[in-house]
Amino acid sequence: MPTLTTDLQQKAKVLRRHVVRMVGEAGSGHPGGSLSAADLVAALYFHFLNVDPARPGWPERDRFVLSKGHAAPVLYAALAERGFFPSETLWTLRKLGSILQGHPDMRKTPGVEASTGSLGQGLSVAGGMALAGRLSTLDYRVYALLGDGEMQEGQVWEAAMSAAQFKLDNLTAIIDFNGVQLDGLVENIVGVEPVADKWRAFGWDVQEINGHDMDQIVKALEAARQVRGRPQAIVAHTVKGKGVSFMEGLAAWHGKAPSREQMAQALAELE
Amino acid sequence: MNYEPGTKVATRDAYGETLAELGREMPELVVLDADLSSSTKTAAFAKQFPERFFNMGIAEANMIGHAAGLAASGKVPFASTFAVFATGRVYDQLRTSVCYPALGVKVAATHAGLTVGEDGASHQANEDIALARALPNMTVVVPADANETRDAVRAAAKRRGPFYLRLGRPAVPVLAIAQAMAGGEAGAPFELGRLRVLREGTDVGIMACGYMVHEALKAAELLAAGGVSAGVIDVHTIKPLDKEGVTAAARRYGCLVTAEEHSVIGGLGSAVAETVGESYPVPVIRVGVADRFGESGTPDALLKAYGLTAEHIRDAAGRAMAARKG
Ligand SMILES: Cc1ncc(C[n+]2csc(CCOP(=O)(O)OP(=O)(O)O)c2C)c(N)n1
Ligand SMILES: [Mg+2]
Repeated sequence: MPTLTTDLQQKAKVLRRHVVRMVGEAGSGHPGGSLSAADLVAALYFHFLNVDPARPGWPERDRFVLSKGHAAPVLYAALAERGFFPSETLWTLRKLGSILQGHPDMRKTPGVEASTGSLGQGLSVAGGMALAGRLSTLDYRVYALLGDGEMQEGQVWEAAMSAAQFKLDNLTAIIDFNGVQLDGLVENIVGVEPVADKWRAFGWDVQEINGHDMDQIVKALEAARQVRGRPQAIVAHTVKGKGVSFMEGLAAWHGKAPSREQMAQALAELE
Repeated sequence: MNYEPGTKVATRDAYGETLAELGREMPELVVLDADLSSSTKTAAFAKQFPERFFNMGIAEANMIGHAAGLAASGKVPFASTFAVFATGRVYDQLRTSVCYPALGVKVAATHAGLTVGEDGASHQANEDIALARALPNMTVVVPADANETRDAVRAAAKRRGPFYLRLGRPAVPVLAIAQAMAGGEAGAPFELGRLRVLREGTDVGIMACGYMVHEALKAAELLAAGGVSAGVIDVHTIKPLDKEGVTAAARRYGCLVTAEEHSVIGGLGSAVAETVGESYPVPVIRVGVADRFGESGTPDALLKAYGLTAEHIRDAAGRAMAARKG
């Protein structure tokens, strides 16, 4: 009998395989930040999010906003696996006319909740969705996934302040804390530590977890939805490029596609 | 650095190389970036002059504010990021902290236009010229190739006041501009605010900027094959626009085509149409991105799909000539 954890771990592996193939076939894209988020995205789409692929616009659905929009491949992989569109569509990523744009486009892709790609904007949009849910007395939840480099954008903290002010307990921010941004290590560019303390100081409920430990991810998301009166941040320690040995921890794989050989090696590692 | 005509060099590469050269010549030069130094090519400067390079992280508004403070305190700051983030993202900072006090912040914006390619609409700045041009005190330059970029970067460093330099992602042909100019105005050097006639004609004038200068030259060949004599004019400085030069072209040809890798709203086409509308009205047909967002695709496929090729310019020239009075 597969437990929930092993089931979700298996899903995460499928997402990682899709990410590698998608970016490889496209010849461009962002594998590093897609792979670091795969376990988090798997837990959301295959256990937590109350969504219905047959009705992507269903008003009561939970919302997931990919604020770090460059990780679109992992979102598309999850949407395909969840049945929003056929998985063959994944191999059209970034091609002219595809519904799968380089960065999420909510008008082109069923299941995509917000158009992102310009970092720092997603949490504000998620805040608006959370406010609307409250206004309409719908009890859906809103999740936003942010990068650690992305936290350098001032708008993230504007959204953090307003969400606490408005007591948006239906909003959860997940920080993909992989320590790497585009030009190099976050701590060598503009450091963001202490991350958990920052969110706490802004009035959020904060949990700090290993973002590749499925038990911890599930427990944290469970706990977050019990919190009342405050938005919740989950600071997930991750490894950029997780699962592909030659990509792990390297800024060089932030926005580069693997060659055919590298793709084969990566897929072999993800068997 | 001199770039050989016929080779292909991205204007962002020429920018990075020129910055590194200027760093040796100008101790007051400082460079800021927002976590894109490997893409904007400021990394070369960062390596040689680490104490004069500031990676501000993913915080463009903060970067422009710091550039303003540096400029107000005697430094010559170049601030780089992608064109979408270098304009819209920081518009009020550019307006109030930079342009209102006319501070010498040089915004070098890379990855402009559709040729960003696969990253898609979120990363394709097709409105940045319009935004930059609307700001008082701002100079706006769109170089056609690597040599013109080198000259424009040097001119930006010397010029007082705010400067918007628009650069591209892909490698583009180095044009034989100096050679063409030698045939015309005796080797006229690059001069801010002065357009460059690259090819004389009699029937229709094509005014272009950036990568589209290359397509305009190809269009002139296509037109010549059909017996139409087209002039090609490189309008690298969108602001201050060479109004005399533009008006002279309107008089000479009686009809104009503009070509730019930008929305037809607010860019070169608008600037030219506004000018001749007041000085010497003639038909102006604008080749550019229609009023819509881009999408993912290869640069070449996008240029075709969005109507930005030599063939489109040729067809526009036909429409311009047909619309000419008398
Ligand atoms: C406003 C904005 N500035 C710059 C970029 C270019 N960019 C894309 S991804 C990235 C680095 C992101 O780092 P991080 O948030 O840590 O993401 P992750 O490590 O999860 O990929 C940058 C600078 C952008 N997309 N948006
Ligand atoms: Mg990161």
